[in-house]
Amino acid sequence: MKIMVGIKRVVDYAVKIRVKGDKTGVVTENVKMSMNPFCEIALEEALRLREYGLASEVVAVSVGPSQCLDTLRTALAMGADRGIHVHSTSSLFPLSVAKILTHLVLFEKPSLLFLGKQAIDDDCNQTGQIIAGLLNWPQATFASKVLLHKDKQVVTVDREVDDGIETLSLNLPAVITTDLRLNQPRYATLPNIMKAKSKPVNKFTLEEFNLQIKSDLEILQVTEPPKRKPGVLVASVDDLIHKLKHDANVI
Amino acid sequence: MFSPPPPHPEPCLQAVLAEDPITNHSRMGSECCRFVVMILVANVKRLTVGITVSAFTFLFLPHFVCHCRITVQKAQHASYLPDTMPNHKSRATFGFLLRSFNPFFHRPWNQHLLPSPTSSSRFTSATFFDKKCSLLQHDAIRGDHQVFSFFNPFRNFLQTKQWGVGFQHKCYGSMAELVQRNPRFSKLNDDDVRYFEGILGTKNVVQDEDKLVASNTDWLHKFKGSSKLLLQPRTTDQVSQILKYCNSRNLAVVPQGGNTGLVGGSVPVFDEVIVSLSSMNKIISFDKVSGTLVCEAGCILENIMSFLDNEGFIMPLDLGAKGSCQIGGNVSTNAGGLRLVRYGSLHGSVLGVEAVLANGTALDMLKTLRKDNTGYDLKHLFIGSEGSLGIVTKVSILTPPKLSSVNVAFLACKDYRSCQKLLQEAKRKLGEILSAFEFLDGQSMNLVLNHLEGARNPLPTSLHDFYVLIETTGSDESSDKQKLEAFLLGSMENELISDGVLAQDINQASSFWLLREGIPEALMRAGAVYKYDLSIPLEQMYNLVEEMRSRLGNTANVIGYGHLGDGNLHLNISSPRYDDKILSQIEPFVYEWTSKHRGSISAEHGLGLMKANKIFYSQSRETVQLMASIKNLLDPNNILNPYKVLPHSLIS
Repeated sequence: MKIMVGIKRVVDYAVKIRVKGDKTGVVTENVKMSMNPFCEIALEEALRLREYGLASEVVAVSVGPSQCLDTLRTALAMGADRGIHVHSTSSLFPLSVAKILTHLVLFEKPSLLFLGKQAIDDDCNQTGQIIAGLLNWPQATFASKVLLHKDKQVVTVDREVDDGIETLSLNLPAVITTDLRLNQPRYATLPNIMKAKSKPVNKFTLEEFNLQIKSDLEILQVTEPPKRKPGVLVASVDDLIHKLKHDANVI
Repeated sequence: MFSPPPPHPEPCLQAVLAEDPITNHSRMGSECCRFVVMILVANVKRLTVGITVSAFTFLFLPHFVCHCRITVQKAQHASYLPDTMPNHKSRATFGFLLRSFNPFFHRPWNQHLLPSPTSSSRFTSATFFDKKCSLLQHDAIRGDHQVFSFFNPFRNFLQTKQWGVGFQHKCYGSMAELVQRNPRFSKLNDDDVRYFEGILGTKNVVQDEDKLVASNTDWLHKFKGSSKLLLQPRTTDQVSQILKYCNSRNLAVVPQGGNTGLVGGSVPVFDEVIVSLSSMNKIISFDKVSGTLVCEAGCILENIMSFLDNEGFIMPLDLGAKGSCQIGGNVSTNAGGLRLVRYGSLHGSVLGVEAVLANGTALDMLKTLRKDNTGYDLKHLFIGSEGSLGIVTKVSILTPPKLSSVNVAFLACKDYRSCQKLLQEAKRKLGEILSAFEFLDGQSMNLVLNHLEGARNPLPTSLHDFYVLIETTGSDESSDKQKLEAFLLGSMENELISDGVLAQDINQASSFWLLREGIPEALMRAGAVYKYDLSIPLEQMYNLVEEMRSRLGNTANVIGYGHLGDGNLHLNISSPRYDDKILSQIEPFVYEWTSKHRGSISAEHGLGLMKANKIFYSQSRETVQLMASIKNLLDPNNILNPYKVLPHSLIS
């Protein structure tokens, strides 16, 4: 059974982000980039399923510029068997990525597609859901526990929803997007890094897929949120009431 | 029965109380009488005698035994004598017996035992008993340490459900050395407080007991002073006025920054006035072209780092205490830290210092020039002198540019020789991108994993004997990673490393650093800890750890970790409780061993109070004499951080 995992290369989670001077986006030059944390969790889950003997192969997929290869190498160092890199330099939105991944899924035919629930740079939380729609596959998003019953070709997933935990049972093939509490991703050990050098990474371009990616969205402006105003010390209760009434408009 | 003397507000430190000896003594005497009468009355004569005799043996035998381990210093001798002095001891014992059982013997405790005070002797000796007396108040700071009552075996039993007599040293970093408050220092009075309020305003003069507790106690909760006044100046001028006044009034002063020191150098010993630099926390200027930062001494290191991060620079030093330590303190103690192997010591990075001398003179040596060969470079006197020559108020420091590519690897080695060879290889293969090389042994790893929350073992598959953390910092992500990977894989093939992990993002890198930087905190949580910070030639470094292990056996957990790249070992001995038996096995063996191998007894922590009289293990007599002369020149009244850094005998 094959599992495919979608990986995104994003600005590292611990970096302090700054907005570019021309407000077209966030500074990404000379900034540490790494794998999206939710994608790491997705990959870890796929690797665990393979280690339990429920899957035979884990394929890591990434769409983006050539630097994506670094992230794919990390995925291979964590334990993925193969990598697929779809080269694209244009800005990619969830719908475009979903279309590309759909094409790959139809090509590779995995039984499970794991994705992170959202990317930490755009926080869209759409790609997994769109793919499921395009493929007409069942989906379980915000997974906090995954149990695969290979013989019955069914996967039981606990989802973290606002009301609590929802348990769903899905027929394979299915799309699962992972949430934070699913697992703790492993480190890339040196022996695995060594092995990763010899693992194959297939590179594709969009032309090979006969896909025209045209984005319907255009970013107009990116600005920082307004800075928090410092607190004001009030001299008396009357002063406080006055401020609440007139400045804050809450009473 | 003998009950401990009434609790004192005085520190539970090695400070013999010169006050109220008669009250203590007479209470002692009357208690003693009461006990004897009780025994005699309640029982048959023979039984009475039997009980009395066995009680004495029970109580005093350990006392005699312990006596053998007292270090008595004869301050007036030029040569340092760490060994015990039999004459003193037997006299002391006899004296003790006399005083204990003679209710009419109204003399101060230790008068009998004082060597005749000479002009140079700053030291008083006392029996173990006296020391115990003053220390037997229950130490409220660390509740998990039990105080055994020397005198009352029944109370002992009730508290601990054990028979036998034991002692609890709360505040011991080193063997028994008693410091007495120098009577030359004046005591604080209301006029002084009013004067300070006049200079600083009432808000910056703190006398509140609760707030003073934190400033009086060091980070390890080992040293506790009893200062009654905390001053928080905001400008160099205010510091200058404070010191001028204190110098004229002979008030002792302790400069305090973040209070994260590990040798008791940042807290008062007695009632010294605390001058806290915390309010002087402005960043004055930053030159983006040269990377020169000028800031006040009270800036917290982490805050400076965040500021520099925005500008694209980093601090040349980094230590576990960065969230609390202040740059003035770092400079005053010549802090080392994790990046010394790459950026060198503060003697190289600090371009200028503004300091205030004991008499209030403000020395403006705050240059921002990389090169300045005009005259004697006096700022180096203040870097590392631990506040004993002057209070540092401003610092000008050269900051390296922040490089984008940082990689951290956490490796496992099978023995110490591999660690050494790995260091040699790293310096050669990684060369200019190597920015940190730390090591920790298997026991340190266990300790951190057990006691620190959030610590995660990156190599869980098996237990290793040694772990090494390597960090590289460079400008080109891909080439650095390639270099590092090639080095690591090569080392694996040569069997220098048995296993390892490479951090894939900043979070993973932080978790590796947490394992190394969290060891001191884990030690604090594990119980009592004896800390030693030694510079030893690389080849022999771990031999000391192994020797300590064989000396201590099962009684304590010996762990070694440190900055392997700088030849700096942090030897820590962790035991459930402070115990003199353990301490006697450690000291002075550790210092003598280090001295024999021509190492330093304090690589980066400084001497403070803990090692104030140990300097001769690592410095020659003549050198120390010159140090004392300089101290006398810059601070003739010895008001700055007294009792610390230099041996008491040399400071008059």
